[in-house]
Amino acid sequence: MAHDLSEFLKTFYEESFEGLDVMESGLLNLAAGASDTELIHQIFRSAHSIKGGAATFGLTDVAAFTHLLETLLDQLREGQRQVAQELIDVLLAAGDVVREMLVANQANRPYDAERVKELEARLKGLLAGGSGITQTRSGALQTPVSASVAGWSIQFRPHSHFFLTGNDPVRIFRELADLGELEAVPESTALPTLTELDPEASYLSWQLSLRGEIPRTAIDEVFAWVEGDCDLTISPLGEAVVVPADTALEAPSLPLSSAGKEPIGKGGGETRQRGGDHGSIRVNIEKIDSIINLVGELVITQSMLSTLGESFDMDKIQSLRDGLVQLERNTRELQEEVMRMRMLPISAVFHRFPRMVHDLSTQLGKEAELEMYGENTELDKTLVEKITDPLVHLVRNSLDHGIELPADRLAAGKSAHGTVTLNAYHKSGNIIIEVKDDGRGLDSERILQKAIRRGLVPPDATPSREQIYDLLFLPGFSTAEKVSDVSGRGVGMDVVRRNIQSVNGSVEISSTLGKGSLFTVRLPLTLAILDGQTVQVGEESYIVPLVSISESIQVKRNMVSHVASRGEAFHWRGEYLPIIRLAQVFGIHSRARELSEGLLVVVEGDGRYVGLFVDDLLGQQQVVIKSMEVNYKRVHGISGATILGDGSVALILDVPSLVRMAAGHHEGGRELHAANF
Amino acid sequence: MQREQPATTDSTMLEHDEGHQYLTFHLAGESYGVDILRVQEIKGWTPVTHVPNSPDYMLGVLNLRGEIIPIVDLRVRFGMVEAEYLPTTVVIVLRVNSRRGGRRTMGIVVDGVSDVLNIGEAEVRPTPDFGAVVNTEYISGLATVDQRMVMLIDIDRLLTSGDLTDESLAESAA
Repeated sequence: MAHDLSEFLKTFYEESFEGLDVMESGLLNLAAGASDTELIHQIFRSAHSIKGGAATFGLTDVAAFTHLLETLLDQLREGQRQVAQELIDVLLAAGDVVREMLVANQANRPYDAERVKELEARLKGLLAGGSGITQTRSGALQTPVSASVAGWSIQFRPHSHFFLTGNDPVRIFRELADLGELEAVPESTALPTLTELDPEASYLSWQLSLRGEIPRTAIDEVFAWVEGDCDLTISPLGEAVVVPADTALEAPSLPLSSAGKEPIGKGGGETRQRGGDHGSIRVNIEKIDSIINLVGELVITQSMLSTLGESFDMDKIQSLRDGLVQLERNTRELQEEVMRMRMLPISAVFHRFPRMVHDLSTQLGKEAELEMYGENTELDKTLVEKITDPLVHLVRNSLDHGIELPADRLAAGKSAHGTVTLNAYHKSGNIIIEVKDDGRGLDSERILQKAIRRGLVPPDATPSREQIYDLLFLPGFSTAEKVSDVSGRGVGMDVVRRNIQSVNGSVEISSTLGKGSLFTVRLPLTLAILDGQTVQVGEESYIVPLVSISESIQVKRNMVSHVASRGEAFHWRGEYLPIIRLAQVFGIHSRARELSEGLLVVVEGDGRYVGLFVDDLLGQQQVVIKSMEVNYKRVHGISGATILGDGSVALILDVPSLVRMAAGHHEGGRELHAANF
Repeated sequence: MQREQPATTDSTMLEHDEGHQYLTFHLAGESYGVDILRVQEIKGWTPVTHVPNSPDYMLGVLNLRGEIIPIVDLRVRFGMVEAEYLPTTVVIVLRVNSRRGGRRTMGIVVDGVSDVLNIGEAEVRPTPDFGAVVNTEYISGLATVDQRMVMLIDIDRLLTSGDLTDESLAESAA
C-alpha cells in the first residue's frame, strides 16, 4: 500500500497510551471495589488492541507480553478468576511495563529487559498457579456461554475505509474457519462500475454462516479488531437455539458499528489528557467554531469601518463611533474565546493521582482513599503544567505525613481508611485547589518549638497559628533534622511555595490537630491577562496588579514613623507597614518628595502588606502580559511588561518580590516573619 | 522608519558571493559594521520605557509590533561621550544568538546608518589592541573600504555580555 506506515505507527502509539490510561483507571476502579463487567471488558479491549497493534507493527516483544496480560484479563472476564488485590497490582505493574516498552520502542532505545522478564514471570505464575478462585461464580453464568450453539449467522459489512485500517476480511475468514465450518456468501451490489471503482475502498459485504459448537466470545474476539470499521450483526443460526440470557452482558454491545474505540472513561475528559504534556493542545471543535464566527463578525466590522473611512465626513461621526463600539465588542469576545482555548480541565493534573495514591499507600502500608471534586474546573494550560509538581508534592505529603497507619487511626478512634480529598473550584477570579487529608494534623506547638530552637522565631514570640504554619514554607525547615512526628512537611515545601508563587499564586495551610490538614492553593485564572492599576512615578508609569491592591490612601505626617533610621513605616488598621518608595527602589526621580504629596498604595504579597509610595494613580485597565525575559532578562521587582493604548511600554510590578525587597530592607531577610509576630 | 533605504540599496552586490555584506553605521565619527543577515529592520528613534536596576547603556524597552525588545545605546556601551539624539539617530533591530542557543531581538541606538558594504573575508584584518575607547573584545575584525576603516562588531558577544542577559551574570564580573 502506498501509505506511510509511520503515520499509522504514531496513531498506534497514541491509541496505545490512551488504552493504557483506560486500563489503569479501570484497574484502579476495580481495586476500589467496583465489580462492573463492562469495566473488565473495557480493560480487556484496551489490552487486546494494544496486542493486535503491536503485532501488526512488528513489535513482537510487546505483543507477546501483552498476550499474557490479555490472557489473564480474559480469565477475569470469563469469571474464572476473581478480582484480588494481588492480581490488580500485578496487572498495574504489567501496564507500566507495556508503557515502558512502548515508550522505549518509540524513542528507539532499549528498555529494562530484567523488569519485563520479572513481570512476565509473575504473570505466568499467576496464570499457572491455580487460576485464582476458579468457577466460584454461579454456574448459571457459565452455562449459557458454553451452551452449544449449532452455529452462528454473521452479517459482515466492512466500511469503505476498511482496508486503510490495515485489516483484511480474508484473515478474518481464515480465523473463523479455524473455529468451525464456514460458509461465506459475498454480496456485491454495492460495487460501482470499473471506472468509478476506488481500488483501495471496500465495497463487498458478506453473509457468513459458521457451523459448530462455538462460544459467542470466540467470534467476538475475531471481530474485536474491526469493530468500529464495519457493520456487524451476529445471530445464532436458526431459531432452535435459545440465546443465552446474558449474551448482551458478556459480549461487546451489538451492533459493533458504534465507535468502540472511544474510551468511556469515568472522569469524562480524563483519558484524553495525555497529549497535554508538550507543545500541542487538543481543542474542542465547538470552541474553534465560535472563534470562526467571531472572526467573521470582526471582518464585517472591519469592512464596515473601511467603507466609512473611504468617504468620511463629520456627519458620519456617529456611525464611526458605533463601528468602534462594535469593534471593541468583537475584539473582547474574540479575546475571551481565544483565552478559553488555552483552558484545560484540571483533570489533566488530577488523573495521575489515583494511581499515585494507590501505589504510595501500598508502599507505606497505609489505607488511603482519594476523592476528587471539580475535575472539570478549567485553567490555563501553562498553569496546568506549572501546578502539577507542587500538587504531586502536596498529595504525597498528605499521604506520607498526614494519614496515619491503620493501627494508629483505629487507636485514635478513626476509620482505618484515610481519605485524601482534592477539590478544585473557581472563586472570585481565582482557581482554588484544595488538598485535604483526615490525618493527624499539624502540631503547631512543636513546630514553634523547633523554629525557636533554630532561632527563626524569638523565644518570647506568640505567633498566631497561621504564622506558625507559614514557617513550614521556609527553606529546609524540616530537612535539617528528621523530626517526622512533628510533621516533616517542610521537606520541599519551600519549593512548592516558590513554584506556586512563580505563577502568581499562593498557598495556605490550615489544620486541626488529630483531625487533618488542608492545603489551599490559589491561582490566577490565566497568566496572559491581568487587571491592572496604572500608577505614575515621575515620568514613568507602572502597572500594579489589581488583585494585590488593598486600598490607596493619602498619608498624613502623623501616621508615619521612622523605624530606627532603617526605613519608614505607617500606621494602617492597627499595624505598622513598611513604606516602599518606588522612585528610590527603581532609581528614578519622582515628583512627590514628601509622603503627603503622593499616594500610598497598600499592596499585599505573600500574605504581607506594604505601602507603595507613588506620585499618582492613573487608570485601571486590563493589560496583556508580555515577557521581558524573551529578549532581555528577569528584572527584580518587575514581573513583565505590557503595551499601553498609545503603543508605549509599561512595566508591571512584581508585588511579592517588592514585598520581599522591603523585608530585606527593613528586617534583614526572612526574619520579617518573626518581627511581625 | 525614515531610513530604510540603506538596507535595500546595492542589490547588485549580491552577485559577489565571497565574504559577507555588512550594514555600516557611525558612532561618534567612527564607522562600524554588523552582519546584514542579522539586521531585522532599522527604525527611527522613539523614546523608550526605562527599566529599573539595569546598566546605564541599557536605555530601556520598546514595543516592536507587540514584542518587548531591549534597546542598548552603543555610544554609552562603548564609553563614548553621551551623544544627543539627532534626526539621524536610529535604532537598528538585530537578531542575536544567545550562548544557550536561544534567539533574541534587540535594538542598538547609533548616530546614523551609512551603507551596505560587501567585505570579502580576505579583507578582514584581526583587531590590534587599541587601548582606545573601544573595548576590542567585541570587535571581530577590521576592514578598510575606500580608505575608511570599518570595525566589524560581533553582536552575539556584545549583546549577550555584561548585564544584558541572565545567563552571563557570572561572567559579567570578569
